Amino acid sequence: MFDTPRFANRSELLGIAVLAVLLLVILPLSLDVFRLNLVAKYLTYSFVALGLVLCWGCGGILSLGQGVFFGLGGYCMAMFLKLEASSAANTKIQSTPGIPDFMDWNQLTELPFFWKPFHSLTFAIVAVLVIPAIFALIVGAAMFKRRVGGVYFAIITQAIAAILTILIVGQQGYTGGINGITDLRTLKGWDIRTDHAKFILYFVEVGCLFVCIFAAQFIRHSKLGRILVAMRDKEDRVRFSGYSVANFKIFAFCAAAVLASIGGALFTLEVGFMSPSFVGIVPSIEMVIYTAVGGRMSILGAVYGTLIVNAAKTSFSESFPQLWLLGLGALFIAVVLAFPNGLAGIWRDLIQPRLDRFSRSPKPDAQWSQPMADKAPAE
Amino acid sequence: MFGDYSLSDLGAIFAMQGFAGLILFSVFLLMALGLAIIFGQMGVINMAHGEFMILGAYVTWLTSNFFQAHLPALFGGYFFVAMVLAFFASGALGMLVEWGLIRHLYKRPLDTLLATWGLSLILQQCYRSIFGAREVGVDLPQWMLGSFQVTDAIQIPINGVFVMVLTILITCAVAYILYWSRWGRQVRAVVQNRVMAGAVGINTEKVDRYTFALGCGVAGVAGSAFTMIGSTGPTSGQLYIVDTFLVVVFGGAASLLGTIASAFTISQAQSTLEFFLSGSMAKVITLLAIVGILMLRPQGLFALKVRK
Amino acid sequence: MTDEIDRDPPSPLRRKLLMGMAAAPMMGMLTRASFADVPATSAVNTTGLAVTDTDVTVGILHSITGTMAISETGSVEAEKLAISQINAAGGVLGRQIKFIQEDGASDWPTFAEKAKKLLVENKCAAVFGCWTSASRKAVLPVFEQYNGMLYYPTFYEGLEQSKNVIYTGQEATQQILAGLNWINTTKDAKTFYLLGSDYIWPRTSNKIARKHIENHLTGCKVVGEEYFPLGDTQFNSVINKIKLTKPDVIYAIIVGGSNVAFYKQLKAAGIDLSKQLLLTISVTEDEIDGIGGENIAGAYACMKYFQSLDNANNKAFVPAFKAMWGEKTVIGDVTQAAYLGPNLWKLTAEKAGSFDIDKIAAASPGVEFKGAPEGYVRIHENHHLWSRTRVGRARADGQYDVVFETPDLVEPNPFPKGYQ
Repeated sequence: MFDTPRFANRSELLGIAVLAVLLLVILPLSLDVFRLNLVAKYLTYSFVALGLVLCWGCGGILSLGQGVFFGLGGYCMAMFLKLEASSAANTKIQSTPGIPDFMDWNQLTELPFFWKPFHSLTFAIVAVLVIPAIFALIVGAAMFKRRVGGVYFAIITQAIAAILTILIVGQQGYTGGINGITDLRTLKGWDIRTDHAKFILYFVEVGCLFVCIFAAQFIRHSKLGRILVAMRDKEDRVRFSGYSVANFKIFAFCAAAVLASIGGALFTLEVGFMSPSFVGIVPSIEMVIYTAVGGRMSILGAVYGTLIVNAAKTSFSESFPQLWLLGLGALFIAVVLAFPNGLAGIWRDLIQPRLDRFSRSPKPDAQWSQPMADKAPAE
Repeated sequence: MFGDYSLSDLGAIFAMQGFAGLILFSVFLLMALGLAIIFGQMGVINMAHGEFMILGAYVTWLTSNFFQAHLPALFGGYFFVAMVLAFFASGALGMLVEWGLIRHLYKRPLDTLLATWGLSLILQQCYRSIFGAREVGVDLPQWMLGSFQVTDAIQIPINGVFVMVLTILITCAVAYILYWSRWGRQVRAVVQNRVMAGAVGINTEKVDRYTFALGCGVAGVAGSAFTMIGSTGPTSGQLYIVDTFLVVVFGGAASLLGTIASAFTISQAQSTLEFFLSGSMAKVITLLAIVGILMLRPQGLFALKVRK
Repeated sequence: MTDEIDRDPPSPLRRKLLMGMAAAPMMGMLTRASFADVPATSAVNTTGLAVTDTDVTVGILHSITGTMAISETGSVEAEKLAISQINAAGGVLGRQIKFIQEDGASDWPTFAEKAKKLLVENKCAAVFGCWTSASRKAVLPVFEQYNGMLYYPTFYEGLEQSKNVIYTGQEATQQILAGLNWINTTKDAKTFYLLGSDYIWPRTSNKIARKHIENHLTGCKVVGEEYFPLGDTQFNSVINKIKLTKPDVIYAIIVGGSNVAFYKQLKAAGIDLSKQLLLTISVTEDEIDGIGGENIAGAYACMKYFQSLDNANNKAFVPAFKAMWGEKTVIGDVTQAAYLGPNLWKLTAEKAGSFDIDKIAAASPGVEFKGAPEGYVRIHENHHLWSRTRVGRARADGQYDVVFETPDLVEPNPFPKGYQ
């Protein structure tokens, strides 16, 4: 199976290098801090898109509930930051100093038990990684072991997103309700709101992103990744070959969940608050479109897709806010109808062959990243 | 909580509560019927279902304005005209969408989901540009307002009865079309084996198109009826979409009986819970129960036994 | 998107508008600043705001797409009207107001992003915007960090006070207490059923209402309290509960699309609002447009402004608004409060003699706006407004009859003791 034991071939390495130059050199030099912070915000979504490449592009599992995991990660981080911002000194005017302001407004007089461990940064980081994984494991195991897949899975994840949103909004004493957790200030005494901090956080985030890209590349090029693709295309054959299809699916779903959660945690740091508006159905579906625009099979495409869609959203809504929804809707349709492999597909079909003519680099191993249009996974 | 009330009070409340459950059942069934046709028979996930409903609602609003301005004498009956128009407007849009979008995607159900989501965004923005961002208020004829006074304590809302009757009629019509008419047999033949159906001379493309249009048309009628109980605005359609999908999926796709049974179960559960708990918690518990049951029984309540 | 307001309304409309405004009493107080009076830019702007010798840039930040566009449209319209009127009267400190409009898209992080853009990139001297509490909470840290000035129009739950925000709507106690007292004394109401959409404003408001009912109104009690998810459309079960408990007053704080469903179903269930008392603080004329006047006729609403208000300011304001935005538009409480924003900012800038944020913030307390459609308002030390509270009764044509008005201005008290 391991005929290509590298985790990336030459053209992919080149692509990663180009992305690195773009994110680490070009953007920081050419953008002011405000725009750079916007890029940082977009990039947090690209973690979700990366996860979707693994579970949707490779595994054929479309989750419309990735916002749930983005939100879980974001809330874990926000809880830590909020506790730090709610020191007894900062909250003197409250009737119970030392608890977050929204709890005080809701007549809570002491910190709920599940908030207490979040005084520790270590715990918060572990929670960001573990809680979504466990949640995904429970959901995934229940569904995939019973062979729920395809459309049903998509709709059930959507329902889970709806449930979690209603719960967060309804339990405002514990969660901050619809306002979310706002006014986050410092991380271990370091003010995250200054321009300087935003600048550093950007690089931290890009670093995390590359770690995740490498991890995703590794998964995809490993035997596991190949089984995922095989499973997407002919699930029964994989099962008859003796593999436990459910376990592979659960793994892909959990990996996507953890990636989304990391994105959520970084989002909280970058933007300074977390709210249930990321958990619901609409953001979850929008995150899918980032992946689709980039090319659902392409790990780098996911990053570019996220950046381009969000940049378009920002500039459109600055100049033609009325048209933005039309544009986004048309993008959904165009990507599905005309470019099922997104930007990566355009690159591979139109641009790369021409480049190859000049450079005679080895052909990309495209045998298992075939277009989806003609051999879609059977539902 | 019932200690302080007299027996007759309680009896009346339970009667009305039972009726509230039935109204909720009709509402769920009506909004799910169109989707059950499209999803159940064609396997297409139409995320723009809510927007087709809202199209029906806007048509109703336009009709009511037209009648008020030009035919005030006939205003009492405009609702029936509006429903027919809503059916054809949504149906025609559905046909257009099938032709332009859906027919290219039959082999990729997950992609129809994304494409129809895009469609729903576009429709929302169109409604906003055409009808304005604010909600519109649909005037109802006088006879549809208020309630029947059954006894001193029991009152039955007229529009609730109207929705129930309408639901029963449409359900019967859909059942007849799908299970007894010649065209319904063709639809089912196409669902079961597209190639074979084509080979025996059924025009499968045409069947697809009309099935989709029928589903959308029923959604339009539902939207028209919901102007009596809900709001009509560019984004109102999104309020219904999760509930609708859950009803259809919970019932088991491809089964009209399943959809009916699931609408009944969900509505009774929700309306009972709402009575004993607060609205928010009732919703959460109902959704959780549905998701839980679907995990245990992924094929839904009623499912065709098919070999994969 | 930078648009000079002069271009905005087509010219015949504008002429009509100007004529309408000429009648406004506020116009009488203003004399068109002659060129010589204009203070030097270096004097009025020491912190690098977007102020030139001829104009000053402000921001408008509301949702014009998404679910909140339904509510926020009116605020945008009112703010544009106010800006165009100020410009027609000579501007602020001799400078014409230019505005940059951004779309919050009903999404709180987008609000934060756009707020930051308006402050950091566009250097807006003031921002008029936000509607929901969630969007205000999202932008508040941005305004405090980058030292901007936000004029926030919505009635809201209180529990907040910031140097960088002027709250032109009422905070919860202003809106709630007077209405409850009124309905208790004049209608002899003793039992209350509290309803709300499930988020912070209804919950906090109901909390204040409950404390007031239980602690300050003798012999009164709350017989039920319920919340519904935002956007919920099914209310038959709770209506049955209301029928069972037979409260004297239904106290409803339901918002958005749910409002429409609630009142339609209430009417259908045979609850006659001409007999059953219903007091709401969330239904303005804007909402009635969607609900349908006949469905809510007879209900009481408690807020500070109604379109039908009978005073000279309002009689000038309503026609001017309709001339600009169409005969069919209606004006609700929040729309009026949004109209106050640019006017208060203008008056404050003139009082401070500067656009500097710190000077505006410091000069705000005590600023009076005598031309407010709701009547006289004044900014309190805590950056909220002193204002009257009124109770209106809904008519079938979608307007309110004002049935009660507090004799004095009600003091804003965002951190009410005994209500937390």
